[in-house]
Amino acid sequence: MSILVGTDTRLVVQGITGREGTFHTRQAVAYGTKVVAGVTPGRGGMDVDGIPVFDTVAEAVRATGADASLILVPSAFAPDAVLEAADAGIRLVVCISEGIPTFDMIRVKAALSGTRTRLIGPNCPGVISPGKCKVGIMPGAVHKEGRVGVISRSGTLTYEAVYQLTERGIGQSTCIGIGGDPVGGMDFIDLLGEFSRDPETDGVVLIGEIGGSAEEAAADYVRREFRKPVVAFIAGQTAPPGRRMGHAGAIISGGKGTAKEKMAALAAAGIEVAASPAAIGETMQRCLAGSR
Amino acid sequence: MAAPHGGRRGGVEGRPLKIHEYQAKSLLATFGVTIPRGGVAMNGAEAAEIARSLGGAVVVKAQIHAGGRGKGTIHDARTDEPVVLPGEGRALGGVRLVSDPDEAGRIAGRMLRARLRTVQSGPGGRIVRRVLVEEALDLESEYYVGVVIDRASARPVVMASAEGGVEIEKVAAERPEAILKEAAGPFTGLQPFAARKLAYGVGIRRDAVGKAAALFSALYRAFERTDSSLAEINPLVVTKDGQVIALDAKMNLDDNALCRHPELREMRDLDEEDPAEVEASAYGLNYIKLTGSVGCMVNGAGLAMATMDIIKLAGGEPANFLDVGGGASTEQVRNAFRILLSDHNVKAVLINIFGGIVRCDSVAEGVVEAARQVGVKVPVVVRLEGTNVERGREILTQSGLPVIVATSMQDAARKVVRAAGTRP
Repeated sequence: MSILVGTDTRLVVQGITGREGTFHTRQAVAYGTKVVAGVTPGRGGMDVDGIPVFDTVAEAVRATGADASLILVPSAFAPDAVLEAADAGIRLVVCISEGIPTFDMIRVKAALSGTRTRLIGPNCPGVISPGKCKVGIMPGAVHKEGRVGVISRSGTLTYEAVYQLTERGIGQSTCIGIGGDPVGGMDFIDLLGEFSRDPETDGVVLIGEIGGSAEEAAADYVRREFRKPVVAFIAGQTAPPGRRMGHAGAIISGGKGTAKEKMAALAAAGIEVAASPAAIGETMQRCLAGSR
Repeated sequence: MAAPHGGRRGGVEGRPLKIHEYQAKSLLATFGVTIPRGGVAMNGAEAAEIARSLGGAVVVKAQIHAGGRGKGTIHDARTDEPVVLPGEGRALGGVRLVSDPDEAGRIAGRMLRARLRTVQSGPGGRIVRRVLVEEALDLESEYYVGVVIDRASARPVVMASAEGGVEIEKVAAERPEAILKEAAGPFTGLQPFAARKLAYGVGIRRDAVGKAAALFSALYRAFERTDSSLAEINPLVVTKDGQVIALDAKMNLDDNALCRHPELREMRDLDEEDPAEVEASAYGLNYIKLTGSVGCMVNGAGLAMATMDIIKLAGGEPANFLDVGGGASTEQVRNAFRILLSDHNVKAVLINIFGGIVRCDSVAEGVVEAARQVGVKVPVVVRLEGTNVERGREILTQSGLPVIVATSMQDAARKVVRAAGTRP
């Protein structure tokens, strides 16, 4: 099994006729994802490689039964795209777009609460359940179907971690990039909860970075109620305070949000913390061997 | 995370926009926050003129993008000698109370074009290009009020404290109960009752509570309408005659929202930024200069941070953070090389590209071409992973350039630290 997306997922791509939209739609289809529809306002009636394009998400859902959406539109249109998907009853929205104003995300997040729509992102690589379904821009080939979950605030660093797992023969159930912005959709705790309920996930790799307190909150959650092995890595051990390291969310401000604090909180919760980014795979291998 | 084919937009993305105190105050004033009377001067004569028009005692404040100005020290820009006024035992600071217009002119003259070094300015300090000259106020009490985004609740939060004028981070760490917080609604903003709760809560004198609550509401409106990530008044003062005034102000703007605030974009002061970082941002590169000797060039911010970490673990010191974007195109790599090598501390370069969907052979070709064009002289360790990685490594080893191929992050870190250390 897997979480969020799987063989039953019926995907609509918002922004399918754009350059990025078309490219990643083809990649997803090649991976085996059921892409049932695309949406670009004004392009209804067209098709992309035989995938029908609609003017609105509501029409796409009505015509194709789409239940998940991948958003690949410019940042100025992304908040509206998320809300349109939610309005159409889409269950899972994965927003790749980067550069969305924080205030817009605050309002989007508030508008989504109380609906059945769950959001991944924005500013993220997306979600993949290896061997089944790819909803995002990650390279499918580095993944391998299996029983370890991956949750990360990063993009290419997630690929690196997944690569280390795959190299050691450790497959993944589902890998999620939750995004590098200060305010986003599902967080570490939401996803740990999903993995906790998934009988086919044996352990989780958690990749955090400096800034905010999401890792500390996740540590607290794991200590209280998560019963599978967790391996963590925190990027930014050498980052200077007060400087934003690429991601809008990756900044040590007022002396808070340092890698050191996060690593200590995670270790105190019984999580195996890899000091080196090169040790993520082997640490998980050791954990899995120990828990058997 | 950038889109995978150089989809990253150019410009100032990835850099929060900081503005000067005088800019923050004038912005806040347009939303109804009371600020001291005053003006900005570029030279001593202007400062004296502003002081004369204000009448009475004034405060001269150096305008740089770093806190701690009052306790900072002014240094001669050329000799770096501290500026000490006749009859005084210590160096002139960045904030000075003066009693008459002529003195205001003289003090401004010593601050302007000099270097102000503070705890936040970095060792190099900042050149003072403007001073703010403001009326001196008859203070009774000082407070703190600020607005930030609370990530955990995904809400803007207004914070207030009776401990104004000091470093609020210190208060937060030592006595968190001394800071009151009220969340604002995503759609409704800061309600008047919440503003009143804060004003009563920090103990503002009763006849000034109405004015303080109105100021808190105005501050919140400014934060929201300008898409700020931080709006802070510290100290907020109540004067002996019951006025509530923003004595100092700081605002950081959300760069992702600047597209809808062209007038705010104009407030960017390039003089306050590292020239190499400014150049990098113009090419859509995210570069932050550090002090080590190992330059690094990585695709993706998380992997770039992790690469810095592993360099440190291998016994080296990273010279920078540099995210070339997901695609790592030849042009990006070429610009990245030029910027990296303009830092003469760099003794070796580590390129760590997780190709993913982008093919490693095309990345390798790009690296070789860029290295040739730029004339790279220092050793370059390259670690590539992803599609066509074997072909990519071949291209690098056959290039005839000083390229060392690494097969993993660990291997790359060891090799680059060794390469950086063996050079004089």
